[in-house]
Amino acid sequence: MRNVFLFIRRHFNFLFFLVLQIISLSFLFRYNKFHEAAFLNVSTEITGRLNERYNNIEYYFELKKTNEALVQENLRLRRELVTNFEAPDSNERLFRDTIRVDSVRKWEIMEAKVVNNTISLPTNYLTIHRGFRQGVRPNMGVTGPQGIVGSVINVSENFAIVMSVLHPQFRVVAKLKKGGETGTIYWDGISPAFISMRGIPRSANVVVGDTVVTSQITSLFPANLPVGTISEIVPDNTSNFFNLKLRTATNFSNIEYAYVLDNLQYDEQKRLEDSTRKKIQ
Amino acid sequence: MSELLKNIVRFFLFILVQVFILSRMPALHRFVTPYLYYLYILWLPFGLSRMSITFIGFLFGLTLDYFLKTPGLHAAACTLIAYVRPFVIGMLISQEGADKNYIAPSIVSMGWAPYGTYVFILTVLHHSYLVLLEWMSFGSFMYFVGKVTASTAVSLLLVFLTEILFYRKQKFRTNTI
Repeated sequence: MRNVFLFIRRHFNFLFFLVLQIISLSFLFRYNKFHEAAFLNVSTEITGRLNERYNNIEYYFELKKTNEALVQENLRLRRELVTNFEAPDSNERLFRDTIRVDSVRKWEIMEAKVVNNTISLPTNYLTIHRGFRQGVRPNMGVTGPQGIVGSVINVSENFAIVMSVLHPQFRVVAKLKKGGETGTIYWDGISPAFISMRGIPRSANVVVGDTVVTSQITSLFPANLPVGTISEIVPDNTSNFFNLKLRTATNFSNIEYAYVLDNLQYDEQKRLEDSTRKKIQ
Repeated sequence: MSELLKNIVRFFLFILVQVFILSRMPALHRFVTPYLYYLYILWLPFGLSRMSITFIGFLFGLTLDYFLKTPGLHAAACTLIAYVRPFVIGMLISQEGADKNYIAPSIVSMGWAPYGTYVFILTVLHHSYLVLLEWMSFGSFMYFVGKVTASTAVSLLLVFLTEILFYRKQKFRTNTI
Protein backbone atom coordinates (compact mmCIF):
# COMPACT_ATOMS: atom_id res chain seq x y z
CA MET A 1 0.00 0.00 0.00
CA ARG A 2 2.81 2.33 0.88
CA ASN A 3 4.47 1.57 -2.42
CA VAL A 4 1.37 2.72 -4.25
CA PHE A 5 1.48 6.04 -2.47
CA LEU A 6 5.19 6.43 -3.15
CA PHE A 7 4.60 5.70 -6.81
CA ILE A 8 1.83 8.27 -6.97
CA ARG A 9 3.95 10.88 -5.28
CA ARG A 10 6.90 10.30 -7.54
CA HIS A 11 4.93 10.55 -10.73
CA PHE A 12 2.37 13.00 -9.44
CA ASN A 13 2.66 15.47 -12.28
CA PHE A 14 2.28 12.90 -14.98
CA LEU A 15 -0.65 11.25 -13.27
CA PHE A 16 -2.32 14.61 -12.78
CA PHE A 17 -1.88 15.31 -16.48
CA LEU A 18 -3.38 11.92 -17.35
CA VAL A 19 -6.35 12.54 -15.09
CA LEU A 20 -7.07 15.89 -16.75
CA GLN A 21 -6.72 14.35 -20.21
CA ILE A 22 -9.12 11.59 -19.30
CA ILE A 23 -11.61 14.10 -17.98
CA SER A 24 -11.42 16.15 -21.20
CA LEU A 25 -11.68 13.15 -23.44
CA SER A 26 -14.60 11.77 -21.49
CA PHE A 27 -16.38 15.09 -22.01
CA LEU A 28 -15.69 14.73 -25.69
CA PHE A 29 -16.64 11.12 -26.22
CA ARG A 30 -19.30 10.50 -23.71
CA TYR A 31 -21.11 13.83 -23.97
CA ASN A 32 -24.23 12.43 -22.40
CA LYS A 33 -27.29 13.72 -20.61
CA PHE A 34 -25.55 14.23 -17.29
CA HIS A 35 -22.95 16.59 -18.65
CA GLU A 36 -25.53 18.39 -20.68
CA ALA A 37 -27.74 18.97 -17.69
CA ALA A 38 -24.97 19.81 -15.29
CA PHE A 39 -22.77 22.07 -17.33
CA LEU A 40 -24.29 23.12 -20.57
CA ASN A 41 -27.29 24.86 -19.04
CA VAL A 42 -25.22 27.15 -16.87
CA SER A 43 -22.63 27.75 -19.52
CA THR A 44 -25.27 28.50 -22.14
CA GLU A 45 -26.76 31.17 -19.88
CA ILE A 46 -23.40 32.83 -19.26
CA THR A 47 -22.08 32.66 -22.78
CA GLY A 48 -25.52 33.61 -24.06
CA ARG A 49 -25.47 36.86 -22.12
CA LEU A 50 -22.01 37.69 -23.40
CA ASN A 51 -23.02 36.88 -26.93
CA GLU A 52 -26.07 39.03 -26.61
CA ARG A 53 -23.97 42.05 -25.66
CA TYR A 54 -21.68 41.50 -28.63
CA ASN A 55 -24.61 40.97 -30.93
CA ASN A 56 -26.18 44.29 -29.92
CA ILE A 57 -23.25 46.00 -31.60
CA GLU A 58 -22.77 43.55 -34.42
CA TYR A 59 -26.43 43.83 -35.41
CA TYR A 60 -26.01 47.42 -36.53
CA PHE A 61 -23.67 46.34 -39.28
CA GLU A 62 -26.22 43.95 -40.71
CA LEU A 63 -29.30 46.16 -40.53
CA LYS A 64 -29.52 46.87 -44.22
CA LYS A 65 -29.29 43.23 -45.28
CA THR A 66 -31.69 42.10 -42.57
CA ASN A 67 -34.25 44.69 -43.60
CA GLU A 68 -34.02 43.71 -47.24
CA ALA A 69 -34.50 40.04 -46.40
CA LEU A 70 -37.52 40.84 -44.26
CA VAL A 71 -39.09 42.97 -46.97
CA GLN A 72 -38.67 40.13 -49.47
CA GLU A 73 -40.25 37.71 -47.05
CA ASN A 74 -43.18 40.03 -46.43
CA LEU A 75 -43.68 40.31 -50.16
CA ARG A 76 -43.71 36.56 -50.57
CA LEU A 77 -46.21 36.11 -47.78
CA ARG A 78 -48.49 38.90 -48.92
CA ARG A 79 -48.68 37.31 -52.34
CA GLU A 80 -50.17 34.24 -50.74
CA LEU A 81 -53.04 36.08 -49.09
CA VAL A 82 -56.38 34.83 -50.26
CA THR A 83 -57.74 38.33 -50.70
CA ASN A 84 -55.38 38.79 -53.62
CA PHE A 85 -57.30 36.31 -55.71
CA GLU A 86 -60.60 37.14 -57.25
CA ALA A 87 -62.88 35.01 -59.35
CA PRO A 88 -63.73 36.73 -62.64
CA ASP A 89 -67.31 35.46 -62.62
CA SER A 90 -69.23 37.57 -60.14
CA ASN A 91 -72.06 35.05 -59.91
CA GLU A 92 -69.89 32.69 -57.91
CA ARG A 93 -68.68 33.65 -54.52
CA LEU A 94 -66.16 31.76 -52.38
CA PHE A 95 -67.03 31.75 -48.72
CA ARG A 96 -64.35 30.92 -46.20
CA ASP A 97 -65.75 29.71 -42.96
CA THR A 98 -63.54 31.02 -40.19
CA ILE A 99 -64.64 28.44 -37.65
CA ARG A 100 -62.03 25.74 -38.14
CA VAL A 101 -63.83 22.57 -37.23
CA ASP A 102 -61.99 20.13 -39.43
CA SER A 103 -58.40 21.36 -39.24
CA VAL A 104 -56.41 21.51 -36.01
CA ARG A 105 -53.52 23.93 -35.60
CA LYS A 106 -50.33 21.99 -36.01
CA TRP A 107 -47.59 24.61 -36.10
CA GLU A 108 -46.94 27.39 -33.64
CA ILE A 109 -44.36 29.97 -34.73
CA MET A 110 -42.20 31.96 -32.34
CA GLU A 111 -39.70 34.60 -33.37
CA ALA A 112 -36.18 34.67 -31.90
CA LYS A 113 -33.10 36.85 -32.21
CA VAL A 114 -29.91 35.11 -33.25
CA VAL A 115 -27.15 36.21 -30.87
CA ASN A 116 -24.36 33.90 -31.91
CA ASN A 117 -23.60 32.14 -35.14
CA THR A 118 -20.62 30.31 -36.56
CA ILE A 119 -20.13 29.15 -40.11
CA SER A 120 -16.46 28.32 -40.46
CA LEU A 121 -15.99 25.65 -37.79
CA PRO A 122 -16.32 21.90 -38.40
CA THR A 123 -19.47 21.89 -36.25
CA ASN A 124 -21.64 24.99 -36.36
CA TYR A 125 -24.26 26.11 -33.88
CA LEU A 126 -26.46 29.17 -33.47
CA THR A 127 -27.56 30.63 -30.17
CA ILE A 128 -31.00 32.22 -30.07
CA HIS A 129 -32.32 34.53 -27.39
CA ARG A 130 -35.38 32.48 -26.57
CA GLY A 131 -35.35 29.67 -24.08
CA PHE A 132 -37.27 27.33 -21.88
CA ARG A 133 -39.19 30.14 -20.22
CA GLN A 134 -40.38 31.45 -23.55
CA GLY A 135 -41.62 28.13 -24.84
CA VAL A 136 -38.68 26.56 -26.67
CA ARG A 137 -38.01 22.85 -26.18
CA PRO A 138 -35.35 20.59 -27.70
CA ASN A 139 -36.11 19.05 -31.11
CA MET A 140 -37.97 22.03 -32.48
CA GLY A 141 -37.21 23.15 -36.02
CA VAL A 142 -35.80 26.61 -36.67
CA THR A 143 -36.29 28.47 -39.91
CA GLY A 144 -35.15 31.84 -41.12
CA PRO A 145 -36.52 34.52 -43.45
CA GLN A 146 -35.02 32.79 -46.48
CA GLY A 147 -34.99 29.09 -45.65
CA ILE A 148 -34.45 26.49 -42.95
CA VAL A 149 -31.75 27.07 -40.38
CA GLY A 150 -31.54 24.02 -38.09
CA SER A 151 -33.02 22.30 -35.07
CA VAL A 152 -32.90 23.08 -31.36
CA ILE A 153 -30.70 20.73 -29.38
CA ASN A 154 -30.28 22.33 -25.99
CA VAL A 155 -32.31 24.81 -24.03
CA SER A 156 -31.54 26.90 -20.97
CA GLU A 157 -33.72 29.44 -19.19
CA ASN A 158 -33.46 32.23 -21.75
CA PHE A 159 -31.31 30.87 -24.54
CA ALA A 160 -31.33 27.91 -26.85
CA ILE A 161 -28.63 26.26 -28.91
CA VAL A 162 -29.60 25.38 -32.44
CA MET A 163 -27.68 22.81 -34.49
CA SER A 164 -27.32 24.56 -37.79
CA VAL A 165 -27.73 22.89 -41.18
CA LEU A 166 -23.94 23.29 -41.42
CA HIS A 167 -23.37 20.47 -38.95
CA PRO A 168 -22.29 16.95 -39.88
CA GLN A 169 -25.07 15.39 -37.83
CA PHE A 170 -27.96 17.43 -39.19
CA ARG A 171 -30.37 15.49 -41.38
CA VAL A 172 -33.65 16.57 -42.90
CA VAL A 173 -35.85 14.90 -45.47
CA ALA A 174 -36.48 17.23 -48.39
CA LYS A 175 -38.16 16.97 -51.74
CA LEU A 176 -37.78 18.51 -55.16
CA LYS A 177 -40.38 21.17 -55.63
CA LYS A 178 -41.00 20.17 -59.24
CA GLY A 179 -41.55 16.45 -59.00
CA GLY A 180 -41.84 15.68 -55.31
CA GLU A 181 -39.11 13.02 -55.06
CA THR A 182 -37.68 12.89 -51.56
CA GLY A 183 -34.07 12.70 -50.48
CA THR A 184 -31.91 13.40 -47.42
CA ILE A 185 -30.05 16.64 -46.86
CA TYR A 186 -26.68 16.61 -45.12
CA TRP A 187 -23.58 18.81 -44.97
CA ASP A 188 -20.28 17.52 -46.25
CA GLY A 189 -18.13 20.01 -44.41
CA ILE A 190 -16.48 21.60 -47.42
CA SER A 191 -18.10 25.00 -47.75
CA PRO A 192 -20.59 26.97 -45.66
CA ALA A 193 -22.67 27.88 -48.68
CA PHE A 194 -23.31 24.41 -50.07
CA ILE A 195 -25.07 21.32 -48.74
CA SER A 196 -25.60 17.92 -50.30
CA MET A 197 -28.60 15.78 -51.07
CA ARG A 198 -28.74 12.09 -51.74
CA GLY A 199 -31.44 9.61 -52.51
CA ILE A 200 -33.03 11.15 -55.59
CA PRO A 201 -33.45 8.35 -58.15
CA ARG A 202 -32.01 8.80 -61.59
CA SER A 203 -35.44 8.64 -63.11
CA ALA A 204 -36.24 12.06 -61.70
CA ASN A 205 -36.07 15.13 -63.88
CA VAL A 206 -33.39 17.27 -62.26
CA VAL A 207 -32.08 20.55 -63.65
CA VAL A 208 -29.56 22.94 -62.12
CA GLY A 209 -31.51 25.75 -60.47
CA ASP A 210 -34.44 23.67 -59.21
CA THR A 211 -35.73 24.51 -55.78
CA VAL A 212 -35.65 21.97 -53.00
CA VAL A 213 -38.19 22.28 -50.17
CA THR A 214 -38.90 20.37 -46.97
CA SER A 215 -41.14 17.38 -47.34
CA GLN A 216 -44.07 16.47 -45.18
CA ILE A 217 -42.26 13.37 -43.89
CA THR A 218 -40.05 15.27 -41.47
CA SER A 219 -41.63 16.24 -38.16
CA LEU A 220 -39.18 19.09 -37.56
CA PHE A 221 -40.49 21.41 -40.24
CA PRO A 222 -43.77 21.97 -42.06
CA ALA A 223 -43.79 21.05 -45.72
CA ASN A 224 -42.67 23.40 -48.50
CA LEU A 225 -40.14 25.47 -46.61
CA PRO A 226 -37.20 26.41 -48.86
CA VAL A 227 -34.03 24.40 -48.26
CA GLY A 228 -31.91 25.36 -51.21
CA THR A 229 -31.44 25.45 -54.97
CA ILE A 230 -29.53 22.85 -56.96
CA SER A 231 -26.16 24.18 -57.98
CA GLU A 232 -24.43 21.07 -59.28
CA ILE A 233 -25.31 17.50 -60.22
CA VAL A 234 -22.29 15.39 -59.33
CA PRO A 235 -21.90 12.71 -61.98
CA ASP A 236 -21.74 9.24 -60.50
CA ASN A 237 -22.35 6.34 -62.83
CA THR A 238 -21.96 3.69 -60.16
CA SER A 239 -25.23 4.22 -58.36
CA ASN A 240 -28.85 4.60 -59.23
CA PHE A 241 -29.18 7.84 -57.36
CA PHE A 242 -28.14 11.38 -57.96
CA ASN A 243 -25.65 13.11 -55.73
CA LEU A 244 -26.69 16.73 -55.70
CA LYS A 245 -25.00 19.83 -54.37
CA LEU A 246 -27.35 22.55 -53.24
CA ARG A 247 -26.78 26.19 -52.47
CA THR A 248 -28.44 26.92 -49.13
CA ALA A 249 -31.46 29.18 -49.27
CA THR A 250 -30.48 30.84 -46.01
CA ASN A 251 -27.45 33.08 -46.03
CA PHE A 252 -25.78 31.92 -42.83
CA SER A 253 -23.21 34.64 -42.67
CA ASN A 254 -25.65 37.41 -41.79
CA ILE A 255 -28.72 35.81 -40.28
CA GLU A 256 -30.15 37.95 -37.47
CA TYR A 257 -33.68 36.67 -36.89
CA ALA A 258 -35.09 33.18 -36.85
CA TYR A 259 -38.46 31.56 -36.26
CA VAL A 260 -38.82 28.57 -33.95
CA LEU A 261 -41.45 26.10 -35.14
CA ASP A 262 -43.34 24.20 -32.51
CA ASN A 263 -44.95 21.05 -33.82
CA LEU A 264 -47.93 20.79 -31.48
CA GLN A 265 -48.64 17.24 -32.54
CA TYR A 266 -45.07 15.98 -32.26
CA ASP A 267 -45.55 14.30 -28.87
CA GLU A 268 -48.66 12.52 -30.01
CA GLN A 269 -47.04 11.32 -33.21
CA LYS A 270 -43.94 10.15 -31.38
CA ARG A 271 -45.96 8.29 -28.77
CA LEU A 272 -48.01 6.54 -31.43
CA GLU A 273 -44.91 5.49 -33.37
CA ASP A 274 -43.14 4.25 -30.25
CA SER A 275 -46.11 2.28 -29.02
CA THR A 276 -46.52 0.69 -32.46
CA ARG A 277 -42.89 -0.32 -32.40
CA LYS A 278 -43.33 -1.91 -29.01
CA LYS A 279 -46.46 -3.73 -30.17
CA ILE A 280 -44.74 -5.18 -33.21
CA GLN A 281 -41.87 -6.46 -31.15
CA MET B 1 0.64 45.72 -12.51
CA SER B 2 1.24 42.46 -10.80
CA GLU B 3 1.95 39.34 -12.79
CA LEU B 4 -1.15 37.56 -11.52
CA LEU B 5 -3.47 40.38 -12.53
CA LYS B 6 -1.81 40.66 -15.90
CA ASN B 7 -2.27 36.96 -16.53
CA ILE B 8 -5.88 36.98 -15.46
CA VAL B 9 -6.66 39.86 -17.81
CA ARG B 10 -4.77 38.09 -20.59
CA PHE B 11 -6.85 34.94 -19.98
CA PHE B 12 -10.08 36.75 -20.69
CA LEU B 13 -8.69 38.83 -23.54
CA PHE B 14 -7.44 35.76 -25.41
CA ILE B 15 -10.74 33.96 -25.00
CA LEU B 16 -12.71 36.99 -26.17
CA VAL B 17 -10.50 37.53 -29.20
CA GLN B 18 -10.69 33.87 -30.17
CA VAL B 19 -14.45 33.61 -29.78
CA PHE B 20 -15.64 36.91 -31.13
CA ILE B 21 -13.14 37.69 -33.84
CA LEU B 22 -11.44 34.58 -35.04
CA SER B 23 -14.47 32.34 -35.03
CA ARG B 24 -16.71 34.86 -36.75
CA MET B 25 -14.42 35.45 -39.68
CA PRO B 26 -15.73 34.27 -43.03
CA ALA B 27 -14.31 30.83 -43.69
CA LEU B 28 -11.10 31.10 -45.69
CA HIS B 29 -10.89 27.45 -46.61
CA ARG B 30 -12.17 24.36 -44.92
CA PHE B 31 -8.62 23.45 -43.91
CA VAL B 32 -7.86 26.70 -42.17
CA THR B 33 -9.07 27.62 -38.70
CA PRO B 34 -7.00 30.37 -37.09
CA TYR B 35 -6.14 29.73 -33.46
CA LEU B 36 -4.46 32.36 -31.34
CA TYR B 37 -5.65 31.50 -27.86
CA TYR B 38 -3.03 28.85 -27.08
CA LEU B 39 -0.43 31.65 -27.04
CA TYR B 40 -1.70 32.36 -23.51
CA ILE B 41 -0.28 29.05 -22.34
CA LEU B 42 3.00 29.76 -24.05
CA TRP B 43 3.21 33.10 -22.26
CA LEU B 44 2.59 31.80 -18.74
CA PRO B 45 5.43 32.69 -16.34
CA PHE B 46 8.37 30.39 -15.82
CA GLY B 47 7.96 30.21 -12.08
CA LEU B 48 4.70 28.28 -11.86
CA SER B 49 4.80 24.64 -10.83
CA ARG B 50 4.12 21.86 -13.34
CA MET B 51 0.83 21.03 -11.74
CA SER B 52 -0.52 24.56 -11.79
CA ILE B 53 0.46 25.14 -15.41
CA THR B 54 -1.32 21.92 -16.43
CA PHE B 55 -4.37 22.88 -14.43
CA ILE B 56 -4.46 26.41 -15.83
CA GLY B 57 -4.19 24.97 -19.32
CA PHE B 58 -7.10 22.65 -18.62
CA LEU B 59 -9.30 25.47 -17.32
CA PHE B 60 -8.40 27.71 -20.22
CA GLY B 61 -9.24 25.06 -22.80
CA LEU B 62 -12.45 24.20 -21.01
CA THR B 63 -13.60 27.84 -20.96
CA LEU B 64 -13.02 28.11 -24.68
CA ASP B 65 -14.93 24.86 -25.14
CA TYR B 66 -17.98 26.32 -23.47
CA PHE B 67 -17.99 29.19 -25.92
CA LEU B 68 -17.44 27.06 -28.98
CA LYS B 69 -19.70 24.24 -27.76
CA THR B 70 -17.13 21.50 -28.35
CA PRO B 71 -17.05 19.70 -25.01
CA GLY B 72 -13.52 18.79 -24.01
CA LEU B 73 -11.80 19.21 -27.36
CA HIS B 74 -9.73 22.29 -26.64
CA ALA B 75 -9.35 21.32 -22.98
CA ALA B 76 -7.53 18.13 -24.01
CA ALA B 77 -5.23 19.93 -26.45
CA CYS B 78 -4.39 22.74 -24.02
CA THR B 79 -3.67 20.30 -21.20
CA LEU B 80 -1.27 18.50 -23.48
CA ILE B 81 0.76 21.54 -24.43
CA ALA B 82 0.68 22.88 -20.87
CA TYR B 83 2.16 19.60 -19.64
CA VAL B 84 4.80 19.39 -22.36
CA ARG B 85 5.81 23.05 -22.04
CA PRO B 86 8.36 22.66 -19.22
CA PHE B 87 10.11 19.81 -21.07
CA VAL B 88 10.49 21.89 -24.20
CA ILE B 89 11.70 24.92 -22.27
CA GLY B 90 14.19 22.80 -20.36
CA MET B 91 15.62 21.50 -23.60
CA LEU B 92 15.91 24.86 -25.27
CA ILE B 93 17.25 27.34 -22.76
CA SER B 94 20.93 27.48 -22.05
CA GLN B 95 22.65 26.64 -18.80
CA GLU B 96 22.59 30.13 -17.34
CA GLY B 97 18.89 29.74 -16.90
CA ALA B 98 16.67 32.25 -18.61
CA ASP B 99 13.96 31.07 -16.30
CA LYS B 100 15.70 32.52 -13.31
CA ASN B 101 16.32 35.91 -14.83
CA TYR B 102 13.15 36.60 -16.72
CA ILE B 103 9.53 36.24 -15.86
CA ALA B 104 8.03 34.53 -18.91
CA PRO B 105 9.14 32.98 -22.20
CA SER B 106 9.57 35.58 -24.90
CA ILE B 107 11.98 36.64 -27.63
CA VAL B 108 13.90 38.80 -25.15
CA SER B 109 14.26 36.12 -22.52
CA MET B 110 15.09 33.15 -24.69
CA GLY B 111 16.44 34.60 -27.92
CA TRP B 112 14.96 34.35 -31.39
CA ALA B 113 15.90 30.78 -32.26
CA PRO B 114 14.95 29.00 -29.04
CA TYR B 115 11.72 30.94 -28.71
CA GLY B 116 10.85 30.30 -32.34
CA THR B 117 11.46 26.58 -31.92
CA TYR B 118 9.44 26.52 -28.71
CA VAL B 119 6.45 28.22 -30.36
CA PHE B 120 6.71 26.02 -33.44
CA ILE B 121 6.87 22.73 -31.56
CA LEU B 122 4.00 23.55 -29.26
CA THR B 123 1.89 24.91 -32.14
CA VAL B 124 2.36 21.77 -34.21
CA LEU B 125 1.61 19.56 -31.22
CA HIS B 126 -1.50 21.51 -30.30
CA HIS B 127 -2.92 21.58 -33.81
CA SER B 128 -2.12 17.93 -34.48
CA TYR B 129 -3.90 16.81 -31.35
CA LEU B 130 -6.85 19.09 -32.01
CA VAL B 131 -7.26 17.97 -35.62
CA LEU B 132 -6.72 14.35 -34.60
CA LEU B 133 -9.59 14.51 -32.15
CA GLU B 134 -11.83 16.26 -34.66
CA TRP B 135 -10.72 13.96 -37.45
CA MET B 136 -12.12 10.91 -35.77
CA SER B 137 -15.55 12.15 -36.81
CA PHE B 138 -14.86 12.63 -40.50
CA GLY B 139 -12.14 13.21 -43.07
CA SER B 140 -9.38 11.34 -44.86
CA PHE B 141 -5.70 11.27 -43.99
CA MET B 142 -4.96 14.01 -46.52
CA TYR B 143 -7.53 16.11 -44.70
CA PHE B 144 -5.60 15.56 -41.47
CA VAL B 145 -2.20 16.46 -42.89
CA GLY B 146 -3.55 19.38 -44.90
CA LYS B 147 -5.47 20.81 -41.99
CA VAL B 148 -2.55 20.57 -39.58
CA THR B 149 -0.16 22.25 -42.01
CA ALA B 150 -2.53 25.01 -43.06
CA SER B 151 -3.74 25.77 -39.54
CA THR B 152 -0.18 25.76 -38.20
CA ALA B 153 0.93 28.18 -40.88
CA VAL B 154 -1.94 30.58 -40.22
CA SER B 155 -1.57 30.36 -36.45
CA LEU B 156 2.17 30.97 -36.61
CA LEU B 157 1.50 34.04 -38.72
CA LEU B 158 -1.01 35.29 -36.15
CA VAL B 159 1.43 34.61 -33.30
CA PHE B 160 4.15 36.49 -35.11
CA LEU B 161 1.87 39.49 -35.64
CA THR B 162 0.79 39.45 -32.00
CA GLU B 163 4.39 39.31 -30.84
CA ILE B 164 5.26 42.33 -32.93
CA LEU B 165 2.15 44.29 -31.98
CA PHE B 166 2.21 43.61 -28.27
CA TYR B 167 5.72 43.98 -27.04
CA ARG B 168 6.07 42.60 -23.55
CA LYS B 169 8.66 44.32 -21.45
CA GLN B 170 10.84 41.68 -19.85
CA LYS B 171 12.97 43.06 -17.08
CA PHE B 172 16.22 41.32 -16.45
CA ARG B 173 16.02 40.36 -12.80
CA THR B 174 19.09 39.61 -10.84
CA ASN B 175 19.52 38.20 -7.39
CA THR B 176 16.84 35.55 -7.81
CA ILE B 177 17.58 31.99 -6.91
